[in-house]
Amino acid sequence: MSRLGLRLLTSLFFLSAAVSPVTAQPAAPVSEETVHEVAAQLRCVVCQNLSVDDSPSEMASQMRAIIRDRLAAGERPAEVRQYFVDRYGEWILLSPPRRGFNLLVWLVPLAAVGVGLVTVAVLVRRWTRHLRDHRPTRVDVDPAMSERIRREVDSGP
Amino acid sequence: MRRLWRWLIPLAVLPVLALLAYGFRVDPRDIPSPLIGRPAPAFGLTTFEGTPLSLAAHRGKVVVLNFWASWCQPACYEEAPVLERNWREYRDRGVVVVGVDIQDRREAAEKFVREFGLTFPNAQDLTGAVSVDYGVYGVPETFFLDRQGRIRVKHVGAVTDAVFRANVDRLLAEPGSP
Repeated sequence: MSRLGLRLLTSLFFLSAAVSPVTAQPAAPVSEETVHEVAAQLRCVVCQNLSVDDSPSEMASQMRAIIRDRLAAGERPAEVRQYFVDRYGEWILLSPPRRGFNLLVWLVPLAAVGVGLVTVAVLVRRWTRHLRDHRPTRVDVDPAMSERIRREVDSGP
Repeated sequence: MRRLWRWLIPLAVLPVLALLAYGFRVDPRDIPSPLIGRPAPAFGLTTFEGTPLSLAAHRGKVVVLNFWASWCQPACYEEAPVLERNWREYRDRGVVVVGVDIQDRREAAEKFVREFGLTFPNAQDLTGAVSVDYGVYGVPETFFLDRQGRIRVKHVGAVTDAVFRANVDRLLAEPGSP
């Protein structure tokens, strides 16, 4: 912890040395929320499908410290994220960027739902076609028979 | 029309099969490093003996940068003798082997160095800054750096004699920086 504090202090020192006294602003304290926000987007490199934020591993806690240090040095969350992408590739991001080949992840399910809906519509139409085409035709019963049926129905059991 | 449909449905399955065939052939653990061809990130560490260890001190040499840990069984234990053997063989020919111990306890790491009688410089990366700079996601991982200080090869898993020689010989054969 003291080592981390020392790193933080040295990075703050270099930051304040880097900017001129006129533009120097008091370095904003890094909010843990921002650290969590960045860490949650990154894959813990030694785990399977766990974010740096969620993982209890030593590597993840070191990565969180690095995120904190870089934020403290004045980097924006997007820059910190890019720092990890530059070293690990897009693999480090838990959710792949929506472009190029990755778009398949979003497009394939949509296409599958579309194809499914069309298939169901076509099949339903096919299955119900005979109901529409062959309506029950009127059966001609001669009047005498018709009268007899009516009488027997009316007389009841 | 009916004949067309009969063919269209099986044909529609083909792109999906192709995608699956591609997906299952790719090893999800084989992650290409974006660092290949880029300048190796500089670092300054302190060896177990207490001497400073930096890349800058070895400029102009072919560097074999090995990330290891004492808990990394069995791969790190397999490659440690290989690294030591090849370091002794190549050290006079402009090659340096550098070991970086990550996520480890000092006593265990020192025991590892002692057990294998490692004589090439080894240092602990206490903050993980060096491993993240090199995009390390597991141990062992080995980077082969050319004389210009660029990362040329990343080898995941234990280094064998063949892997060491093939990469180092190739980098030694290249014209070096003045």
